[in-house]
Amino acid sequence: MLRLPEFSFVAARDIGEACALLAEAPKSTRLLAGGTDLLPNMKRRHQHAQRLVGLRAVANMRGIHGDSEMRVGAMTTLSTITRDAKLQRHWPGFVRAVQSISSPVLRTTGTIGGNLCLDTRCNYYNQSEEWRQAIGGCMKEAGDICWVAPSSPRCWAISASDSAPLLCAIGARVRLVSVRGERVIPVEQLFVDDGIVWLGKSDDEVLTEVLLPPVENTKATYWKLRRRGSIDFPVLGVGAALRMGAHGEVTHARIFLGAVSSAPLRAPESEAALLGQQLTEATVKAAGEAARGVAHALDNTDFTMLWRRQMTAVWVEGALRELGGLPPRAQMPETPLGAPAMSV
Amino acid sequence: MADTNKRKLIGTSFRRVDAVGKVSGRTQFADDLSFPRMVFMKLLRSPLPHAQIVSIDTSAAERAPGVVGVLTGSDVPVPFGILPVSHDEHALCPDKVRFVGDPVAAVAALTEEQAQAALALVRVEWKQLDTIADYDDALDASKDLIHTYGDDHNFHKKVSLRFGDPEAGFKQADLVLEDTMFFDGNTHLPLEQHATIAVPEGDGRVAVWSSTQTPHYLHKALTKVLGLPAPWIRVIALTNGGGFGGKSDPFNHEIAAAKMALNLGRPVKITLTREEVFQCHRGRHPTLMSIRTGFRKDGSMTAQHLKTLLDGGAYGSYGVASTYYTGALQTVTYNLPHYQFDGARVWTNKPPCGPKRGHGTPQPRFALEVQLDKAAHALGLDPAAMRLKQLQPKDSITANWLRVGSMGLGPCIEAVMRGSKWLERRNAMPPGRGLGIACSSYLSGAGLPINWNHMPHSGVQLKLDRSGGVAVFCGQTEIGQGSDSILAACVAEILGISLQEIRLCVADTDLTPVDLGSYSSRVTLMMGNAAVQAAERAREILARAAAEELKLPGANIVFADGRVFDAADPARGMSFAAAVQAAESRYGTIGTTGSYTPPRAPGRYRGAGVGPSPAYSYSACIVEVDVDPATGIVRVPDVWIAHDVGRALNPTLVAGQVEGSIYMGIGEALMEESAFRRLPEKLSSALVHKFPNMLEYKSPTFLDMPRVHTSIIEEPDANGPFGAKEVGQGPLLPVMPAVSNAIFHALGVRMDQVPIHPWMVFKALEEKRRGGVGRYGPKAFPAVDYGASLDVPTPAEGGDGKARNADDIGVRGGTMSETQRQSQEKPC
Amino acid sequence: METALKLNVNGEVRQVLAPANHSLLEVLRERCGLTGTKHGCELGECGACTVLLDGEPVLACLVLAVECEDRRVETVEGLSNGAALHPLQQAFADLGAAQCGYCTPGMLMTAKALLDSNPLASEMEVREALAGNLCRCTGYWKIVEAVQWAGRMSTGDMVPPQCLRERNAAGGCSHG
Repeated sequence: MLRLPEFSFVAARDIGEACALLAEAPKSTRLLAGGTDLLPNMKRRHQHAQRLVGLRAVANMRGIHGDSEMRVGAMTTLSTITRDAKLQRHWPGFVRAVQSISSPVLRTTGTIGGNLCLDTRCNYYNQSEEWRQAIGGCMKEAGDICWVAPSSPRCWAISASDSAPLLCAIGARVRLVSVRGERVIPVEQLFVDDGIVWLGKSDDEVLTEVLLPPVENTKATYWKLRRRGSIDFPVLGVGAALRMGAHGEVTHARIFLGAVSSAPLRAPESEAALLGQQLTEATVKAAGEAARGVAHALDNTDFTMLWRRQMTAVWVEGALRELGGLPPRAQMPETPLGAPAMSV
Repeated sequence: MADTNKRKLIGTSFRRVDAVGKVSGRTQFADDLSFPRMVFMKLLRSPLPHAQIVSIDTSAAERAPGVVGVLTGSDVPVPFGILPVSHDEHALCPDKVRFVGDPVAAVAALTEEQAQAALALVRVEWKQLDTIADYDDALDASKDLIHTYGDDHNFHKKVSLRFGDPEAGFKQADLVLEDTMFFDGNTHLPLEQHATIAVPEGDGRVAVWSSTQTPHYLHKALTKVLGLPAPWIRVIALTNGGGFGGKSDPFNHEIAAAKMALNLGRPVKITLTREEVFQCHRGRHPTLMSIRTGFRKDGSMTAQHLKTLLDGGAYGSYGVASTYYTGALQTVTYNLPHYQFDGARVWTNKPPCGPKRGHGTPQPRFALEVQLDKAAHALGLDPAAMRLKQLQPKDSITANWLRVGSMGLGPCIEAVMRGSKWLERRNAMPPGRGLGIACSSYLSGAGLPINWNHMPHSGVQLKLDRSGGVAVFCGQTEIGQGSDSILAACVAEILGISLQEIRLCVADTDLTPVDLGSYSSRVTLMMGNAAVQAAERAREILARAAAEELKLPGANIVFADGRVFDAADPARGMSFAAAVQAAESRYGTIGTTGSYTPPRAPGRYRGAGVGPSPAYSYSACIVEVDVDPATGIVRVPDVWIAHDVGRALNPTLVAGQVEGSIYMGIGEALMEESAFRRLPEKLSSALVHKFPNMLEYKSPTFLDMPRVHTSIIEEPDANGPFGAKEVGQGPLLPVMPAVSNAIFHALGVRMDQVPIHPWMVFKALEEKRRGGVGRYGPKAFPAVDYGASLDVPTPAEGGDGKARNADDIGVRGGTMSETQRQSQEKPC
Repeated sequence: METALKLNVNGEVRQVLAPANHSLLEVLRERCGLTGTKHGCELGECGACTVLLDGEPVLACLVLAVECEDRRVETVEGLSNGAALHPLQQAFADLGAAQCGYCTPGMLMTAKALLDSNPLASEMEVREALAGNLCRCTGYWKIVEAVQWAGRMSTGDMVPPQCLRERNAAGGCSHG
C-alpha cells in the first residue's frame, strides 16, 4: 500500500491560528484543506512537509455567503458548491467548472481553495519516487532537466485547475491572509507561469476565500477536454466570460485557457476578435482560431500536443457558441458532463 | 441426463454462491488476511531497463530499524517460468535486470513502512547495457542481448506454418488485399493489487495464500525454486479481485515471500502497489501484423498469409503460446482453405507481456475483421451478409487441423443484424454516425496442458455426508467469473439438492484435486464436466441404495427438490439425506470423483498443440459510433452483441461476462494502452512505463460505457457440461474491429490500429480532405526472416495432420535447449 | 508518534491508536480489522476505498484518520441490519452487480449515499454519482440496475428489474 511519510498534524481552530502556525515554519509546513491533491503528492514523495496544519475545523473558511457579490470560503467542498442553488443561478459556469473536477467521491472532500492552489502537473512528475529515480528526476523536483523540453531553462508542468480559468475569466478575486496582514488580489495574480513556483502567494499566506464579482449581465462558461467522463484532470480548459451591449455586440470579453501552460493563460487575440462584434458563426470561429496560437500544449498530459493545440480552437469556439446561443456544432454534446468517452 | 425443463438451477439466474460474502465485505481477498507474528516484505526493483548487477550490498538494510530478513538473488538461484520451455525468471535477479521493476532484493520488516525505508539502504552497483525499447531496437543485431536463449539475437520465438497451398489460393482470387496493422499493448488492471502471504507450517512446510488464477502452476514453480518436496508446499488461491489473465503466471513476489517465510519461520506478507502491478503486467502483446488475403467476388476467402511480430517484453511468460495464438484461431470462423502463418516474438526491456483476455487472438482477429470490411467495401457487398455466406461449417476440421463442433456464428450474426436494424439503418445514418460489424471465436479451454502429460485437466471430489450435505473439492479458482457458483450448481443439479446443501473447498493444492487454473476460458467446460461426472457417480450409488431401501429394484430413481424418489410414483421416495444414509449403511463412507481430459486434437504437426479446444464459442458484434469530424472524438452509444455460449448455465452470469467483455473491448478500442517512455537517447538510457497508475491508464468509467444489447445464443456443444461453452473472453474480441469498421462507415477513414485515439481519426480525416486515402496505421512491416515453413497438407488435401517436412526443419529456437531444460525441469 | 483516536464506525465507538500520517483506509483495515473496505491505488483514482463520512461518500485513502474524530464513519460492514441485507446488497447479489466483488464495497457505499438523498435516482443520476468508482468486471450496467432497483424497493415501488430495464430503454438512451 502506498503510505504517507511521517509528519505531525495540528488542527487550526481559526484563521489567525492557521496563519500563526504557518508562520512558525512556512517552508516545512503545509496547509491541509481537502487533501485530495496534497496527500497523493506526499504519498509519491514529491511534496513534503514536517507538519500539516488542518483547516477543517476553521469554521469561517467554509460556506457560501453574500448576494450580489458572493463569497465562497476556501474550505468549501466542491460538492457543496455544485449543490448550491444560488451559485447555480448566478454563476452556472462556475458550478459547471467545479462539477467537472475529478469525480463525485473526490469532490465531497476536495475544496475550492485546494483546487485553486493545485500543484502543477506533468507526466514526468506525477509519478512514484521509484519511477522518478528511473528517469533521474526532473527539473520540478530533484533533477536538472525538464523532460518535456530538455533544452528548456524552465519547467513546463501545467496548471490543471478547472476552477481557475473560469474564475480568472469572470474576474474573481481571492483573499490572502497572513500574520503580516491580508490582501485581496485578482485570481489571475494568484498564478505564476512557472511549473515550479506556480503560486503568486507567499508561503505564509492562507487563501481564505474566493470573492465573486456581481453578475450584472456577464455570461460565463467552462469547457473541459478530457479523456473520460469523470476522474480525469483537464488536458484543456476554456473559461470564457462575455458581456453584450444593447445590440448584441460584445462589450467585454475575457477568455482563459487551462492546462496548456503553468498558469491559466489569457487569450487576448480571441478576446480582440470578439470585442465590438456580435456573436456569429464567423466571429466565434475567428475567436477560436485566434486561440490556437496562444496555447503552448506540450507533451505532458494525455493526448498528443499537436491535437490538443488544434482542439483549443474547437473548444474556444464551442464555449462561445454556447454563450452566444448559437446552435451547437453537429455531434458536439450539449451537456459538458456525462457524455460518454471524451466530454467537453 | 434430465431434460432441460426439469432443471432447477442450470439455466436459471440463481444468486451466485459468493454473492452475499461479496456484498457484505466478508469475502477475504489476499490482502485482507493476517496471521500472528506476520512481517511485511517489499521488493527492491531495478531503476534501470537493462543492466548487469556488479555487486549488491544489503548490510545497511539488514541493520535498519524493524528489519528481520533480507534476500538477494543468490538466495533463490533457481529459475522458473510458466511454460517449461522458458524458465527464464528468478524470484530475485541474480546477475542481470531486464526491465525497470525487475526485483533484485527483498526486505522483510515488522511494518511495511520499515521494509520500504530499508530498501533505500540496499546498495547496488550496475553495469548498464543497451536499452531495447521496441521492434527496431530488437531487430538491430548490434545491440546487446536480453536473453542468451531463444531464436536468433533478440528474437524469442519464430514460427512458420503453411497449411495447403496459399499461392494457389491467391491465384484463384478476384481481389487480393494486403494490409499492415498494429494492435498496441494494454493491461488487465484488476482492481485488486496482487498480494501473497506465506505461512510456515510445522516441520519445514509452507502454505502460500495468494491472489493467483493458477495455484497449480504456482505450486510447481515454488516446488522447483524452493527445492522442497511438492507435498511440503501448499498453495491456496483466494478469491481474486479480478484477474483477466494478469494473475496467471507464478510471480517473483510469491516465491520470494515463501522463501522469506521459510527462512524466518514466521508469516510474510507482500501486497503490491498499483505501480508494481503494472510491472508484473503479462498484458496484451503489442503486435504488428501484415495480413494478405485473397477474396472471390462473393467475398469468400481463397487464402491468407498472416505475419505477426509481437513485442514480448523482458521474459518468456506465456510468450511461445502467445506467438502461436496470434495465428491459431484465424480459421475457425470463416472457411479458409489455404493459410500461411508466420509469427515472431522479440524481447524488449519492458515488463513481460502474456495472456490478457483473448490471449494473442484479439490482435489477428482485429486484422482479419477489418480486412473483411475492406473487402466487402471493395466488392460492393454487405459486410454482414458476406460473413454469413462463408461460415466454417459445424462438425468440421479447419485447414490448420482444429476440430470445430457446435458453431452458432450464423444465428449470432442474424441476431445482431436484427437488434441493430442493420439493414434498415445502415444506409440511412445521420452524418458522423456509423455501424460496423465484426465476429470472433474463442477456446473453451486449451486442448493441451501447459506441462505435457496424460492426466486430467480438472478433477472434482465429492464427500457426501449423512446429514445430507455435500462437500465439493476442486482446485478451480474463483476470479469473479462465477466458477464457484457453476461448480456448486452442476453438483446440486445432478443430485437434486439446493445450493445451500453444498459446501465448497476450492483452490487448495493440499486439499483439492488439480484443476489447471482460471485461464483460457477452461473452467466451466472442464471443471463442469468433472463435477457432472462426480455427481453422476454419486447419484448412481445413492440410486442403487435408495432402490433397495424402497424395495424397487430396477426402478427409475429421480433426484429433485432434495428428495430421491421413483419416477413412476413420486410419492415413493425419501429425503436426500436418507438416501445418503441408506448408501452409507450399505457401502461405508460415500465419496466420488470426476475428472476431465479434453479429446485428442487431430493436428500432429509441431505447434498443433496451440489452438485445439473441446469447443469454440462464437460472437458477433455490431457497434454504433458517433464521430465528430472536427475533433476525431469517437463516442459509442450502442453495442449489439450475440454470443453462442452453447448453453447458458446461468444467464445473469453469462450476460455479466458479455457486458464485461464489451467494457474491456471498448477500453482497448478507444483508450487503454501500455505506453512507454524512452527518454532521448543522448541524455538517458531510461525506459519506463509512461503512466503506471489508474489515473492515466484510462479505464472507462460509468459515463464512458455504451449501452449493451446482449443476445445469448445457445447451440449446445456435445463436449460441454449441459452443452455449455465459454463466455469470459470471446465477446471481447469483435469489439475493437467493429469500432474501426463503424468509424469507416461513419466517415470513410480506416483505422488500422488500436487504440483509436481522437488525433488518429483527426489525422486520417485531414489526410482524406487533402485527397489521401484517409487511413491511420503502421506504414510498413519490417523484414523478418521467419525461416522455412512447416508444410502441413490440409484435410481437404487429404492430409493426415502431420507436416510433410518435419524432419527437414528440426526443433527451432524459442525454447531452452534440452540441456538447459533438463537441468532445470523435473518431469511433470 | 501514535495518538489515541475515538472513531465512530458503523455506530460503534472505538478507541484506536494511530500515527498522524495514517489514512482512514489504513486505520479501518489495519487497526479496526474492518477489511471490507478495499484499496486499488491509494491515490484517489479508483474509488475502491469509498466509505461514508457524515453520510457523504469519501475516498478513505485520501482522508487522514485524525480528521475523522467525532464524525460518523460508515463502511460496508455496517450496511446490513444485523443479518438482514440492505436492499442495495440484496440487489447487487441478485442482479449480478458483483462479479469479482472487489469494487463492490466502494460501489455500495457511494450508492447508499445517493439513494439516501435520492431513492428514485434516474439512470443518468446513478451513472454520474458512481462515476468515480471503477469496475473492471461488469461493464457497469448491472450495477446501475441494482442501484435503481434497490432505491425503488426501499420506497415500496417494487418494480421487477426486467421492467426497470425496459423503462430505462423506453426513456431512451441518455447518451445515444
